[in-house]
Amino acid sequence: MIPANLRESECAVNDKRPVNLDLSQFSFPLPALTSIVHRATGLILFVGIAILMYILELSLASEESFNSVKECLDGFFVKFIIWGILSGLLYHLVAGIKHLLMDFGIGETLEGGILGAKVTIVVSVVLILLAGVWLW
Amino acid sequence: MVTNVTSLGRSGLYDWMIQRVTAVVLAFYSVFILGFLILNPDLNYAQWSEFFNSTSVRIFSLLALLSLGAHAWVGLWTISTDYLKAMVLRFLFQAVCGLVMFIYVVWGIQILWGL
Repeated sequence: MIPANLRESECAVNDKRPVNLDLSQFSFPLPALTSIVHRATGLILFVGIAILMYILELSLASEESFNSVKECLDGFFVKFIIWGILSGLLYHLVAGIKHLLMDFGIGETLEGGILGAKVTIVVSVVLILLAGVWLW
Repeated sequence: MVTNVTSLGRSGLYDWMIQRVTAVVLAFYSVFILGFLILNPDLNYAQWSEFFNSTSVRIFSLLALLSLGAHAWVGLWTISTDYLKAMVLRFLFQAVCGLVMFIYVVWGIQILWGL
């Protein structure tokens, strides 16, 4: 059924186009997921950098504020936030290095892309866990 | 060639290059700072302020800060042109990002040189 309000020319253009792609119904390949997480962590870091700069400012202001920052960083909640930002940074760094390698033509095949995505996940998970151990 | 007025380098290739050069700077800076913190577990204020008082660390920090601005602009611009279809929303998002980056740069300079 063609709606009456659509002109003939519009119908010809429109009827073969996919409408309302529901992204939640797609099964994304692993490289697509690592790419989306790379973007998401970039956005998170853009916000997180404000927290890091605030901590840097306080830590350099005076000896008293340096010590209070140190004390504050011992608290679970603050430590958890720092771990979160650090995790984003480590993932973004690892995925970025993979990106640069692919720019040099390394792992550009379909199999290479999937392997690269797997390596990115494994390496960043290991680094994130190590960061957690280092912080606590 | 179609150019976009809001892209940093006015061309995809230039943006691509900016993204990669700044990425390398940021990668080295991240490793440098994390390395210093890992190697100095019992850091005190004297060591920390001496570290950031040295000209080389300040130059490297400012380089990283400016790289961050360019890197984040290209990245967030890409995200906004991919996901924000409404012109007003996209422009607002980019304007806020630009403002925040400017604040980061000025604030960072103040932290580094305003001691």
